Amino acid sequence: MLSIKNLTVNINEKVILNGINLEVNAGEIHAIMGPNGSGKSTLSHVLSGKPGYQITGGTIQYKGKNLVDMAPEIRAREGVFLAFQYPVEIPGVSNVYLLKAALNAVRKHQGLDEVDAMDFLSLVKAKIKTLDMDEKFLYRAVNEGFSGGEKKRNEILQMAILEPALCILDETDSGLDIDALKVVAEGINALRSSERAFIMVTHYQRLLDYIKPDYVHVLAHGQIVKSGGADLALALEKEGYGWLEQGQVSA
Amino acid sequence: MSTGLSLDAASLPGQSLPWLQDFRADARVQYVAEGLPTVRSEEWRYTSLASLQKKTFTAVAPAASNQVADYHSQQLLADTWRIVLVNGQVDQRLSMLEGLPEGVRVMSMAAALVEHEALIHRYLGHAMAAIKHGFIALNSAGFSDGVVVHVPAGTVLDKPIHCVHSVSHAELMVNTRSLLIIEENASLQWLESYGGIDAEYLSVAITEVFLAENAKLIAYKQQTESSHAYHFAGMYCKQAPYSCFTQHHFALGGVLARSETHTELATAAECELNGLYLGAGRQHLDHHTQITHAQPHSISREYYKGVLNERSRGVFQGRIIVEQQAQKTSSMMANRNLLLSEHAEADSKPQLEIYADDVKCSHGVTVGQLDEKSVFYLQSRGLDEASARNILIFAFANEMVEKISHRPLHAALLTAVLTRFPKLAIQPVVG
Ligand SMILES: Nc1ncnc2c1ncn2[C@@H]1O[C@H](COP(=O)(O)OP(=O)(O)OP(=O)(O)O)[C@@H](O)[C@H]1O
Ligand SMILES: [Mg+2]
Repeated sequence: MLSIKNLTVNINEKVILNGINLEVNAGEIHAIMGPNGSGKSTLSHVLSGKPGYQITGGTIQYKGKNLVDMAPEIRAREGVFLAFQYPVEIPGVSNVYLLKAALNAVRKHQGLDEVDAMDFLSLVKAKIKTLDMDEKFLYRAVNEGFSGGEKKRNEILQMAILEPALCILDETDSGLDIDALKVVAEGINALRSSERAFIMVTHYQRLLDYIKPDYVHVLAHGQIVKSGGADLALALEKEGYGWLEQGQVSA
Repeated sequence: MSTGLSLDAASLPGQSLPWLQDFRADARVQYVAEGLPTVRSEEWRYTSLASLQKKTFTAVAPAASNQVADYHSQQLLADTWRIVLVNGQVDQRLSMLEGLPEGVRVMSMAAALVEHEALIHRYLGHAMAAIKHGFIALNSAGFSDGVVVHVPAGTVLDKPIHCVHSVSHAELMVNTRSLLIIEENASLQWLESYGGIDAEYLSVAITEVFLAENAKLIAYKQQTESSHAYHFAGMYCKQAPYSCFTQHHFALGGVLARSETHTELATAAECELNGLYLGAGRQHLDHHTQITHAQPHSISREYYKGVLNERSRGVFQGRIIVEQQAQKTSSMMANRNLLLSEHAEADSKPQLEIYADDVKCSHGVTVGQLDEKSVFYLQSRGLDEASARNILIFAFANEMVEKISHRPLHAALLTAVLTRFPKLAIQPVVG
């Protein structure tokens, strides 16, 4: 589904990603861990098409197409979804309006009719219930005044409604309390399917206790310095990143 | 200059009243001596009237045309009373005032000067602060008509009176003077809308407001003048103790428009001034507000927002004066501007003059562009860039529309605001 080859990315002449290679197939769950500032959010942003990054080398193929050439909205309509580490607040635009506009944009792209207003409302209400959110959130402005955890939940709500093919979750677990983590993890698990892949950026094993990854990658200094199975996350939890970074220097 | 006093004096109302003749004569002297305001005056430093000075507008009103009837029919609002001014004269046939509560008077200034001379004499010219400029002098000297509303004590009007100002001919100068007199414990909702044919003209409208103790006014102003029109409108208000004045102002039309709202608050009086201006092309939209806290415990809230595109310019000058005895004053003022083009300009000048020591006053100004993070966020959810920008601009503006609770008026304003975003194929945003 996603094939990243030798990707290098700069921000204002500064090298942030320095030769990323990553293959993600449908049905797989990949966890990306790594120290602060190592480039995890940068990778997520580049995948979703955020401006401000210079791709200086390498390729990104998504479903056989060149992802780099696609506008952000086309990527979204093609099924790439990023749950942001820091979702933005959008005063004056209600959650329910955005959800509907987004769903219709995706449907139109797929050659489907706009969603019927009643069907839409019952869909949204069903999803919001599974995420244990109050319906009042639908009529509030997008993320405005939401707590940190509420914002993360709201990202997953959007994801649940858009049903993307490639779900990129940037630290969705950070800032969630224990119960919320469980609810969100259940929301994610409910979306698991053989047609869908997940890239989960996280610092903590606790998310991976609920959602077992097929692969764990360690991103440091803009490179994937180590890849392994679910066990790797457990080892990192115990030992930190020090041993890997040294290994990288000597390599 | 010919904008001004080429008036046919005999055609003005109230010519037989000596006190009014003196009133007009004094104003004429002032106008002849000083002319229209210039940028040398601090209160006009951002607004030059040079382009207006070059025009020749005449104050002689021809008969109304069908276009006025067209304009007027577009302005019909459900659930309102209505009084219509065509080229500065009340047109009773287009007005609808049936079913007003007992004792409420809504009439033309011309009629009021005949039937209620003492009332007009008592109030006319008394709501303005000491500094009167050329537009006020011009208006006092030559107003052709206007509306007088008198709401007796304890009477509450449960729906708005819609005062429609329309202009049917090019190169007219329309000059009206209105009085809103709201007695103790009475309440009025008042909507002014301004518009006219797609041509150059000048409309000058001054409204004086007198709120007695515990009286209440909600005033709406919908400025949708022609894109070639010049517009000056001032609302000057005197607030007795515990009175409450709210204004919602939407400045959408005109090539050069200046709006003034001044109010003076006695003990525990409150005012809330909200404004939205949407500039495009070469529009110049100027807003001058002055809130004088004259007595203790009064409250003012002011919030103006501007969206400025292309080569338009928005001006906000918000003056707040807290007099020495006005302790425990609470005052908040904010002005936020969204610039959509590198050629657009926002000039914002809060002026706080605080002579009391125990007060709570805050003010804030922002001038910025659309937040690119928000644009990207919407794109990342599948919305194209143009829609994302339009949604964000609309959301910025719509905050002011959402403050309107009268449903037909809310719908009309929403339409007026939406028509300023032609690319915006969206429904109201906050549900
Ligand atoms: N606009 C920018 N200008 C300059 N440097 C930037 C900019 N954005 C990000 N960086 C730098 O890029 C590096 C990678 O940042 P990124 O946000 O991708 O890290 P991360 O791995 O997600 O970290 P965290 O775990 O703290 O979320 C950091 O050193 C950061 O300071
Ligand atoms: Mg990050």
